[in-house]
Amino acid sequence: MLLDLRKIFGRSKSSKDVAKERLKLVLIHDRANVSPQFLEMLKSEIIKVITNYMDVDESALEIQLTKTRSDDGQSVVPALYANIPIKNIRKSGK
Amino acid sequence: MSEVIVITSGKGGVGKTTSTANIGTGLALSGSKTVLIDTDIGLRNLDVVMGLENRIVYDLVDVVEGNCRVKQALIKDKRFDGLYLIPAAQTRDKTAVKPEQMIRLCDELREEFDYVLIDCPAGIEQGFRNAIAAADRAIVVTTPEVSAVRDADRIIGLLEANEVRNPKLLINRLRADMVKRGDMMSIDDIIDILAIGLIGVIPDDEKIVVSTNRGEPAICDSKSLAGQAFRNVVRRIKGEEVPFMSFSEDQGFVMKLKKLFGLKAN
Ligand SMILES: Nc1ncnc2c1ncn2[C@@H]1O[C@H](COP(=O)(O)OP(=O)(O)OP(=O)(O)O)[C@@H](O)[C@H]1O
Ligand SMILES: [Mg+2]
Repeated sequence: MLLDLRKIFGRSKSSKDVAKERLKLVLIHDRANVSPQFLEMLKSEIIKVITNYMDVDESALEIQLTKTRSDDGQSVVPALYANIPIKNIRKSGK
Repeated sequence: MSEVIVITSGKGGVGKTTSTANIGTGLALSGSKTVLIDTDIGLRNLDVVMGLENRIVYDLVDVVEGNCRVKQALIKDKRFDGLYLIPAAQTRDKTAVKPEQMIRLCDELREEFDYVLIDCPAGIEQGFRNAIAAADRAIVVTTPEVSAVRDADRIIGLLEANEVRNPKLLINRLRADMVKRGDMMSIDDIIDILAIGLIGVIPDDEKIVVSTNRGEPAICDSKSLAGQAFRNVVRRIKGEEVPFMSFSEDQGFVMKLKKLFGLKAN
């Protein structure tokens, strides 16, 4: 088991860093939601690029903004989640 | 050339009215003819903050409904040359004024004044739309708190969507001691998040309460730190480059010791 030395010595993250981190996350969602077209635009751009390389099931394509733990496990970071069902990969790559 | 500036925030109670009163008084003191418009219909406050509450005859709704001429609704502040107020109506609601009426009124005021300052109500509804309708520029007020900064971000987006370009940020009620101990977001933290230009930083200052009690804007008080910060904002509005004040008060011996040993300074 790993001991969290910072916790033992009472040096937890300052409240302003917590505030900043939470704000950044919440604003990513706020900003994306301000325009409902945002995700739709993103979706169509992604499809445009991806169809150069493979056939995808456009109607089942799913995309959303979520949160995930950062690699070091220290913080929560925003993430773009995309579920893109592939029908076929183009041989030529073009 | 005259300018219409809206002072807005999204979240309530962060200091829009206080800022409007102080910046407006400062603009007049610096020789610019200035009119303040309170658009917080139903919750009028700018009149009491300015100490002009006993002089009201006509209000904003009277003007737009044509019950009086614009000149009749202008309350002249006798203490400061070139400072006027158009108060909000108290017995009506935000729907009593329409954005087109604000545009018409401000166009008329532009003829006579160097600056038209609009005190915006909290929220993003009709009152907000009225307040920003005629604005050339916007000052977005926030405090260093999560909820206020979040709402400021929303307002910045709405201002841009409504073609009020390049809004500037006014950070109010900053406490240097709390920033220092990591319990309040710093100026840089907030700028980093909102990504807009800064027009000023006003410290949290008891003198604001005292001056509001008396109806005398703090900008007139040469000893008030907030007053000094507001004077700097006025100079920046008029195009001067003014360095930002550093609010680092002198650190006590104990605090320095604690710092030396890497303890959180309380
Ligand atoms: N820098 C400051 N230091 C101390 N107190 C302050 C400061 N700025 C504002 N205040 C106090 O905060 C309170 C709210 O201020 P104000 O009425 O200006 O906010 P507002 O944004 O206009 O509110 P509303 O959204 O209700 O219109 C007042 O009591 C005021 O005295
Ligand atoms: Mg107010």
